[in-house]
Order: sequence, then structure tokens, then C-alpha cells
Amino acid sequence: MKQHLITDRKTNKNILGCYFMTVQNLGKFAKQIYLKGRNEMEKTGNPIMKAHSSGVEPDMFRVLTPDGEIIEAIDGKIDKSLMLKMYESMLLLRTFDRKSINLQRQGRIGTYAPFEGQEASQAGSALALSAGDWMFPTYRDHGAAIIHGQELYRVFLYWMAHFDGSICPEGKRILPPSVPIATQMVHAVGTAWASKLKGEKNVSIAYFGDGATSEGDFHEALNFAGVYKTPTIFFCQNNGYAISVPFEKQSASKTISQRAAAYDIHGVRVDGNDIFAVWMTVKEAVERALKGEGPTLIEAITFRYGAHTTADNPNIYRDQDEISTFWRENRDPITRLRKYLNKEGHWNEEQEELVLKQFNELIDAHLKRAEAYPKSDPLEMFNHVYAEETWQLKEQKQELNQILRKGGRK
Amino acid sequence: MGKNLTMLQAITEALDQMLDHDDRVMILGEDIGVNGGVFRATEGLYEKYGKDRVVDTPLAESGIIGSAIGLALNGMLPIVEIQFLAFIYPGFEQLISHAARMRYRTRGQFGVPLVIRTPYGAGIRGPELHSESVETFFAHTPGLKVVAPSNPYDAKGLLISALEDPDPVIFLEPTKLYRAFKEEVPDEMYRIPIGQAKVVQEGSDLTIFAWGAMLREALNAAKKIEAEKGWKCEVVDLRTLYPLDRDAIVQSIKKTGRALIVHEAHKTAGLGAEIISIINDEALIYLKAPIKRVTGFDVPVPPFTIEDHYLPTVDRVKQGIVETLSF
Repeated sequence: MKQHLITDRKTNKNILGCYFMTVQNLGKFAKQIYLKGRNEMEKTGNPIMKAHSSGVEPDMFRVLTPDGEIIEAIDGKIDKSLMLKMYESMLLLRTFDRKSINLQRQGRIGTYAPFEGQEASQAGSALALSAGDWMFPTYRDHGAAIIHGQELYRVFLYWMAHFDGSICPEGKRILPPSVPIATQMVHAVGTAWASKLKGEKNVSIAYFGDGATSEGDFHEALNFAGVYKTPTIFFCQNNGYAISVPFEKQSASKTISQRAAAYDIHGVRVDGNDIFAVWMTVKEAVERALKGEGPTLIEAITFRYGAHTTADNPNIYRDQDEISTFWRENRDPITRLRKYLNKEGHWNEEQEELVLKQFNELIDAHLKRAEAYPKSDPLEMFNHVYAEETWQLKEQKQELNQILRKGGRK
Repeated sequence: MGKNLTMLQAITEALDQMLDHDDRVMILGEDIGVNGGVFRATEGLYEKYGKDRVVDTPLAESGIIGSAIGLALNGMLPIVEIQFLAFIYPGFEQLISHAARMRYRTRGQFGVPLVIRTPYGAGIRGPELHSESVETFFAHTPGLKVVAPSNPYDAKGLLISALEDPDPVIFLEPTKLYRAFKEEVPDEMYRIPIGQAKVVQEGSDLTIFAWGAMLREALNAAKKIEAEKGWKCEVVDLRTLYPLDRDAIVQSIKKTGRALIVHEAHKTAGLGAEIISIINDEALIYLKAPIKRVTGFDVPVPPFTIEDHYLPTVDRVKQGIVETLSF
């Protein structure tokens, strides 16, 4: 224990030992060393500490430890086939995410918002939903959207700035990524409210980040959902940073989940890199919602390994190498499940290779489809502004059409 | 058959019939349930249709409009009451960034059939921020339609059309006219198409374009001018502010050759400028005089002790007519 807590600036071992521990577990002596270490780290500008220096780290629900040990009962809840689905989902998402960054670097897609590191939160939550559930993602949640049924080529189209990238498959209820922060949360209240009024057995899930919790719509959504007891799941991925601003500057609240108490709704803090814990938490929230017990606010603790977007340079606001290495080596959602599956004999290297090969082929096929997709016709900008085109739009469309026929804008 | 109703009563009747007609219709707003609305537009509806369909919401405009967007996405037909137009600002982002864009962003996959009713305009001795006329914000926003009735008959017919419109409609109710007069309103559900202006008085010398509460000022000024000078003004009630009825505007100008626009909104970038622009594009050669605007000034609506001096008055409208006709 003591060894764990000794400050090592290179490896941040003190943090490795303490980040997920409660102070009760540490004891007084250990706490002193911990705090001393913390102060030193703050002086050195350690980014992890800055992000999470709210003092004592509160408890969070965890099922699978970073070492791949199960510490909560999963019998009857998560079977082997679901485990494999979870694992493969995360692998697919990571492969897709890395591919997308490369494509942006090659100029084949536009600015891209990566989610690597957050696969357990996104896949775990989406896998706990039913096909007809409403999903309101942000621009970083295409991982969740993919697992809920959005097609890969559509996601590519979205980042290629194609109109049709926001369309979801027929019968699905996946809304386009919300760009204005927290605004989609109130929509998920409305759709859930309608489900309740109509007696439909569906939930609505809104994705958002830690930064969103400072917005007014966060409050209004939680408050409305509490008043009308809507079957809404508010799924916050607390990755510690809203672009550059660490959570400690975002709020004096120790946790995000504690805000639930203010609205008298259910709140849960969960290890967002533990897909078992995420899945079980969301599953329970779905069950509660469908029983008429109202909304749940879930805070999933996670980390984005990369930049805010491909246009962002995280080195400006955090020690990017150090912090991402820490999370990759010690908290990775895929590694920990792989450790467990290997131990249980459910997964081996050959399977991994085979699946990765399949995923790469699948992603490439979707990329090909997206790249071969008919380009947006400039005149399409006039479509769907209204159900029926107004005279203004008809004329302006005509105006642009004439310019295009003369050879376009020069 | 019909009844003599005020505009307020006509609106209540329309809401009542729509709630009765279609189970998907819901009304949401602050104090609209038990209290029946601060102007009593929803009086009796809570008792008749219950708390799930006539909903007293928390005091949060973004929450109201945002959750109404969600309700609309999932098959309901929400009618939101924003207590006063200036109170809509906290919900502006929901309206502009989501309600107005949802159909566009999803390429027609999801629409937001939403009506936002809100009292607007000055002249009722309201406190600060109870008297604005900022229709330009909405008319400027692609994806929204904007309607402003000036009488009980139109109010009912336009409100029913607004509800049946597949896109979000901002329905501006001039507070000054809520109880100003009664007229016969048919009992049945009838529709007045969105996008159609109405010539309320025929004339040959000049056209006055107005809407909402300013229509009465326009008509009164036209009557006085005719009595004093014998000039016959045509008065056009635009009724819909987006999309404007261009044909009606142009047709009238071709007939009269002169135009005066009356609106209580601020002058700069007010819709008057848009109407002038339409005339410029379509009927410039028919003009016999520059087009005049009689509008609210470019100041925040002042305290009610002096609000009458902010608003276009019959005298200011008359003065505008004289200047245009003696050019």
C-alpha cells in the first residue's frame, strides 16, 4: 500500500493507487502521504491531479477491476455471449475511431471528434438498450450510435459533411449528434414523456459530457424529468475535461451523480471504463424507467485518450503523453476485459486477430461505400428546410441552379 | 353558425376544439393549467382535459420548448404557451438550433410539428419586457413560420392551420387586441392558410401594410384621412410574417403605386425593410413615391407611462400617408 502511494513523477504511481480509492480505505497515514503527494503533483502541474483534485475520490460502482478480476456478482446478468459481444463492440469502435483519425489526417474526412478510451461507456450503455429506444448522442458519441444501430458509412458521411450522415436506419430512433452542449437532454425528456403518455415501453437516453453539467439545459432536463417521472436516462461521460477545462474548474460539486439528489431522482456513479458496470447500471436504469420509477442520472468516469477533436492540441492544457499513457496502461476498458476473458478461456489471440481482420474489412467496406456515395448536390441545401418549399426557397434554389449551370461559382 | 367572440375567446375555442379533435394535442406552459393562463387563454381546459394534456410546467422556457421538441419527435402535437414574447429568450437556442433545424438535419426523417403561442406587443401598460415585438428574430430564422393575427376570426383559423402545419410555427398574439373587440367566429374548425395576406379595405391611392395590433391604427388612420382629404387607402393585413404573401403585396402596389408600412417593432431590420425590398424587386416601376415606414423606434420598449409615444399612433400613420401622397 505504502509503496503504491509514494510519489513517482514518472509513473504517477500515487495516483494509480489512489484515484479510485476512498479515503476510508487509505487510513490516516496513507491519506497524509496521498495529500502530500498530491500537492507535489499540483506543483509540478500534474494534469491528472488537476483534473481530479477534488480531494477524496468518492465511491463508484465497479464490477471488473483493471486487473480483470470480478468483484461483483454477474451471474444471471452477463453471460459469455454478452461478454463477447461487449468485447467485440469495443474492438470495433476502437478500430473505427483510429481509422477515422487517420482518414482526417489524409484529408478524406473533416474535423473529427475521437472517443478512444471511452468505448466501455459508449458500447456498454448502448448494449443495455432495446432496439426501439430513443438515443440523443453528442458529436463524440457515434460509438454509442453505432452499437445502437447507426451504420458505419453514415457516420463516415457525417464527418465528411454529407447531409445524409445524420439519417438513421429506418425504424431507428437515433437523432443526429447534438452540437450545442446539453440541449439534447431536454429532447430526451420530451420523447420519454411521450412514450409514457402513449404507454410505450421505451426509454430515451441522452449522452453528454462533464462540461454539459454547467449548462442550464442540464438543470432543466433533470428537473422536468423529475417532475414528470419520465423514462429518461441521462448518461454523462465524465472524461475530466471540457475541451481544455478540467472538471475542478467546471464545478465545486465533488461528483456529477450527486446532483441527482437535488431533483430527487436516482443517481449513480460508475467506472466508465468497466463495461460490465456500465451495462449493469444502464440496464437497471432502463428497468426502473420502464417500471415507472422515473429517470436516472449516470456519471461514468472515463477518459478520452486523444484530443477534443482533430483540430485540438491537448498538449496546451495537459501533459498529454503522461496522462494518456497512464490511462492506457492502467485503466483501459478493452485491456481489462481481455484479461478477464483470457483468464476464463473465452478469448485468445487467434480470435482477436481474426475479429480485427473482419472489422478492418467491414470498416473499409463502409468507407468505400461512403466515399462512393453520391456527393451532396449544392441544390440539396434548399431541401427539407420546410415540409413544403416556400416561394423564397424555390426562387433562391433557381438562382443557385442558374449559377451552377453556367459553370458554378468562380 | 357562430358566436360573437373576443380574440382571446376565439383562441380558447380553437385550443378546446383541437384538444377535443386530436388526442395527440397537448398544451404546455407556465400557469396555463389551474390558473388558465395569465391572460386566461386556456381557461377551463385543464378541468376538461386533465393535467397530462394541459400541463402546468416548471418555470423554464428552454425546458418547455426543448421537451416539446421531444414530444413532437415522438408523435405528440404540442402547443406551447410562452407567457410573454420576451420570456422566450431562454428557449431561443432550442427554437433556433433545434426546432427550426430538425427536419433539415435529418433530411426529413424527423419533423417538429410544434406551435408556440405567445402574447406580444405594447399598449397594455405592461411592466418591463412584457411588450416586445421582435418578430424579425423568427422571420429571419430558416425553418420557422411566423403568424400574427389581428382579429378573432383570423386568430382561430390561423391557430388551427398552425397546429396542422408539419413545421414549427410562432404564433404571435397581440395583447392589445385580446379583448379589444368581438366579432362573429364560426363554431366549426376552419382554417386560414398560412402565407396568405388579406386586403381588409380596398383603396386606390396608397397601400398600408400592417399586422397584429397595428392593423387597427392603420384602419383608423385610413378612415380619418378619407374623411379629411378624400384619399382612399387600401389596407393589407399581412397575417403571416414568414413566408410573406408577396403576390398580395405586389398586386396592391400595382394598383395604388404608393406604400406605407406600419409596425410596432423597431425600425432597423424590421420586417418593413423586407416588404420594401419585395416591392423594389417586383414592382419598382409602379411606385409613384418613396415607401414610408411608421414603426416603433430603435429603442427598448420604454416604460408604459410613455409607451404610447413609442408605438405608431393614428396621427403618425396619418402623417405618413400625407407625406407619401404629397411627394
